[in-house]
Amino acid sequence: MIKKLRHFVDKTKPNFTEGGKYAWLQSTFEAFESFLFVPDETTKRGCHVRDAIDLKRTMITVVIALMPALLFGIWNIGYQHFKAVAECATFWQIIGFGLLKALPVIVVSYITGLAIEFAFAQIRHHQVNEGYLVTGMLIPMVLPPDIPLWMVAVATAFAVLIGKEAFGGTGMNLVNPALTARAFLFFAYPSVMSGDKVWIADQPDAFSGATPLGILANGGTNLPDAWTMIWGGIPGSMGETSVIAITLGAILLLMTGIASWRIMLSVIFGGGLMGLLFNAIGANEYMQLPFYYHYLMGGFMFGAVFMATDPVTAAQTNTGKWIYGLLIGIFAVMLRVLNSAYAEGMMLSILLMNCFAPLIDHCVIARNIKKRQKRAIVQQKTFAR
Amino acid sequence: MPNVKKLIIEPLRKTNPVTVLVLGICSCLAVTAQLKPALVMGASVTVVTAFSNLIISLLRKGIPSRIRIIVQLVVVATLVILIDQFLKAFAYNVSKQLSVYVGLIITNCIIMGRLEAFALSHGSWESFLDGLGNGLGYSLILVIVAFFRELFGSGTLLGYPIIPSSFYEAGYQNNGLMILPPMALIVVGIIIWIQRTRNPEMQENNQK
Repeated sequence: MIKKLRHFVDKTKPNFTEGGKYAWLQSTFEAFESFLFVPDETTKRGCHVRDAIDLKRTMITVVIALMPALLFGIWNIGYQHFKAVAECATFWQIIGFGLLKALPVIVVSYITGLAIEFAFAQIRHHQVNEGYLVTGMLIPMVLPPDIPLWMVAVATAFAVLIGKEAFGGTGMNLVNPALTARAFLFFAYPSVMSGDKVWIADQPDAFSGATPLGILANGGTNLPDAWTMIWGGIPGSMGETSVIAITLGAILLLMTGIASWRIMLSVIFGGGLMGLLFNAIGANEYMQLPFYYHYLMGGFMFGAVFMATDPVTAAQTNTGKWIYGLLIGIFAVMLRVLNSAYAEGMMLSILLMNCFAPLIDHCVIARNIKKRQKRAIVQQKTFAR
Repeated sequence: MPNVKKLIIEPLRKTNPVTVLVLGICSCLAVTAQLKPALVMGASVTVVTAFSNLIISLLRKGIPSRIRIIVQLVVVATLVILIDQFLKAFAYNVSKQLSVYVGLIITNCIIMGRLEAFALSHGSWESFLDGLGNGLGYSLILVIVAFFRELFGSGTLLGYPIIPSSFYEAGYQNNGLMILPPMALIVVGIIIWIQRTRNPEMQENNQK
């Protein structure tokens, strides 16, 4: 089987190389070839230090890290649905229902995004790269389960075109494409992205499926208990509800060194800091909420683990990462508590800090240069004496 | 008059005041949520740029250079007030929709830009054409942006519903982001992107 495939690929290859019939599709062909087989090309001259961790492996690791949250999300879609309609269901019925809701969204996200990526790679004569693998998985995970598929397609197209390709493609983007897609939907079609009717699939009318954040934004206080929010049996986007599943992913990301622990830690620290500050003010019930509740509700953990740590859009310097993460946490909690129009502050605060990340880096580097210059001058003086 | 065509056509394309010089962005953002105000705004700005260019060009030899900005502002402000009164008299609804933005034409960078860059150093007929061309270039972008924003944001064009109701029944929804001001800038950005991709000579070389 493998040999046949290899043979087929080799046979069709001349069509796609220069001068061949489909030469303009070269990078598409190459993408499929390197997807199927490990490239056997080696460098010819000099010695090169190679790291095994290339873009492909990085992306696949993140996708694997997303799996616990995704699988839990699929189960939770079914669980929330059957809970809302008050029916008993077996485990496989729950999973089946969840798959029925989740798979189309994932497929649409990948098809739309990859089509645009491939088209741009052809036009620009670039190689197709793996940058979309993670984004394509993240987009469904931050959306409500009942989202109309054409909206997913429009939002994905917008995110890839405006959020990524306009800046030059993978690695050049200023803001996180997955969050761009979510922000697009949030502002373009608020009726499917907020309120208490969208977070549970096929929800009966009389049932209120408000997320904990939605309850709080409307001035309510009867939250699910903390333990339910930790394991994730609450309405919400597909991937965001279970803190445990997200933590599993986080452990993998930290162990492989792909995500920055500085950012994760500082986001959590910043959120806690702001939560404690609000506790100290305590002007209304939302402010009096114990600070750790902010970690359990909405997309705080998901954002901290998978969105804020995106190596392209985060700050690059170590000091910068601390500042960047801290401000994300602070702004997220601040937006949640002070502005009930945007129940979920995490998305907006990460996008905001994405825009500021280059500036933070610039300041950190400039400060470092100044510091070292000063030190050099002092040394010069001491030597001169 | 060999360069009549050039003076009118160039500002529509290669020296477009909005997409190339990036002037007049603020009003582009404010009045393009619907097509009708955009058309009226475009026409008003075209009239003001054309005639202020003409008048300043006629006066240019008598204006002391130290107070030229004040003189220019007096001319522009007069024209804008005329337009404002005209709109109030004959197109009251649109004038109400445009509200302060008609008055703010005075501050439109395109007008001052053309006065400073062109009218002060060129003959009156040429200046008039230049003003006309730049006004039209501005209007063109305004109309394109407003076309997309109204079509996708409200599903209408000039107030008439375009997207059939069967679409809405099938689950289509108007895009609320299109109505919000940021989308105007994004649409302008896309126009700039397309324009530069088609004219590679317009791309600056930023490689260090």
